[in-house]
Amino acid sequence: MGTILLVAEQAAGHLKKATLQALGAAQKIGGTIEAVLIGAGAGTSAQELATYVSKVHVVEGAGFEHALAETHSAAAAAAAKACNATEVVIAATAYGKDIAPRIAAKLGAGVASDVLAVVSPSQFKRAMWAGNAIAIVEITTAVKVVSVRATEFAVAQKAASLGTVQPFAVQAPVAKTRFVEFNEVKSTRPELTEASAVVSGGRGTKGDFKPIEQLADVLNAAVGASRAVVDAGWQPNDMQVGQTGKVVAPKLYIAAGISGAIQHLAGMKGAKTIVAINKDADAPIFQVADYGLVADLFKALPELSEEIKKVKG
Amino acid sequence: MKILVTVKRVEDWESKIKVRPDQSWIITEGVNYRANPFDEIGVEEALRLRDANAPSEVVVVSIGPAAAGAEIRSGLAMGADRGILVKHDGFLDSDAVARILVKIVEKEKPDLVVMGKQAVDVDDNVCGQLLAEYLGYGQVTFASKKESLESPEEKGKKAGLKLSADKKSLQCAREVDGGLEVLEVSLPAIVTVDLRLNVPRYASLPNIMKAKKKTIEELLPAALGVDIAPKVKVVKVEPPPLRTAGIKVPDVAALVKKLHEEAKVV
Repeated sequence: MGTILLVAEQAAGHLKKATLQALGAAQKIGGTIEAVLIGAGAGTSAQELATYVSKVHVVEGAGFEHALAETHSAAAAAAAKACNATEVVIAATAYGKDIAPRIAAKLGAGVASDVLAVVSPSQFKRAMWAGNAIAIVEITTAVKVVSVRATEFAVAQKAASLGTVQPFAVQAPVAKTRFVEFNEVKSTRPELTEASAVVSGGRGTKGDFKPIEQLADVLNAAVGASRAVVDAGWQPNDMQVGQTGKVVAPKLYIAAGISGAIQHLAGMKGAKTIVAINKDADAPIFQVADYGLVADLFKALPELSEEIKKVKG
Repeated sequence: MKILVTVKRVEDWESKIKVRPDQSWIITEGVNYRANPFDEIGVEEALRLRDANAPSEVVVVSIGPAAAGAEIRSGLAMGADRGILVKHDGFLDSDAVARILVKIVEKEKPDLVVMGKQAVDVDDNVCGQLLAEYLGYGQVTFASKKESLESPEEKGKKAGLKLSADKKSLQCAREVDGGLEVLEVSLPAIVTVDLRLNVPRYASLPNIMKAKKKTIEELLPAALGVDIAPKVKVVKVEPPPLRTAGIKVPDVAALVKKLHEEAKVV
């Protein structure tokens, strides 16, 4: 069994939860797991990562400050070669999707993207046609690169003993891209793809997200939106749940005023418990909901917030 | 400038997708086909860039069956100048597609390649990045813009990709987790587009007529010297796990009781 290299993701010294879920997928493949962390702040989060894997390679310094696909894929591929990795695993976040194919091309590897399940070290399940079909794909190359839909995997178990952290020396290639700026969308709520509860609003909100946000605050939930809401400019792009937006799999998903287009269902079908609240009793969202309530969301959501507060005490 | 834009023929997302009984693929009979929606956004962006930077040319390339000529033709009807069809029947993995595109780029030498971030059939989201790596180009994936699709910039059909004054680079916002990142990339480059970069135009009747006279060059993967053996093959295709409808609750109190006592999520 060869070595698996986990390409970890961190921002300003904080390890992403998706990385620990990708590690969960790597553990399912089986074998020795080493990790590489790249970018400013990598050294800080390496300590945390070392509680999970035997070895953490840290790449910091000039050329790696920003998560440019050219430099980060070069570092990851170099680390994969250095530890003779037969599998490279990364979370299919924006970062993972950006760099995984470039890592694969550098290694002459096939890449399976956004995988949902590990069938064997060379076979993986992944969704196609917006989740209307699940394919089992086989990577036929000696080295395999896999990006993982993090929400499909449990966070990894910690290792019995602390791993080692060591710098990995690699020269950043001269990049043809340059970082200009980052416009952060600030939120006090948990990130959509990492939250254990999500409350989403659709066209039925008519753009008024107050009841959605109040309920989200009671549940410590993230707020999501359907594509109709985002296209109408009522909520920012990064709140969209669906095939073309974010894929979420929280313990609790509450869809309010969302009809349930296939596009949207593809982004939330993996939730453990789905609640649908809609005025239209025939809305397709009720076909996938565990609990359906035919009601006006402007009346039902404030009541729901109050009732849940009581239950939570 | 010369812009190459890729268009894939895919199953219409409004068609019902069903898995074949032998699980080898999906049932294609009775399914409608159209251009990949992300690619249409790519064509629109290429046209806006061309029109703001004359003289420029937009070349639409598709890899697929002879029928994919229809998707090239629809790109030409939107306003693209000419087309290239690399004819191939059956499955190609994204790596083979990327390596075919390398040959097309070497032949055409475009300043920019614009692609959809993913095709909505196999939902791979890897081809643009592979192409960029094989060519040694910079990439901007998930291209978007700060202005909304309701903004005056969008109504004015302004390109979201901003070409520099010396036309040697472009700036572009991209959708990443937690916000929008702006990158500057030297040309030639690969840009893969996300949903909110623009709203693609409809082809006008005069342009549909004009498109009929535009040329589509036909090529074959073997003639381009590309080995199309897949690095990632599809072993089988299964229907998704069925999620059955649960129950309807009469009121909020009943819902909270269920969530608390049965689902144990609050």
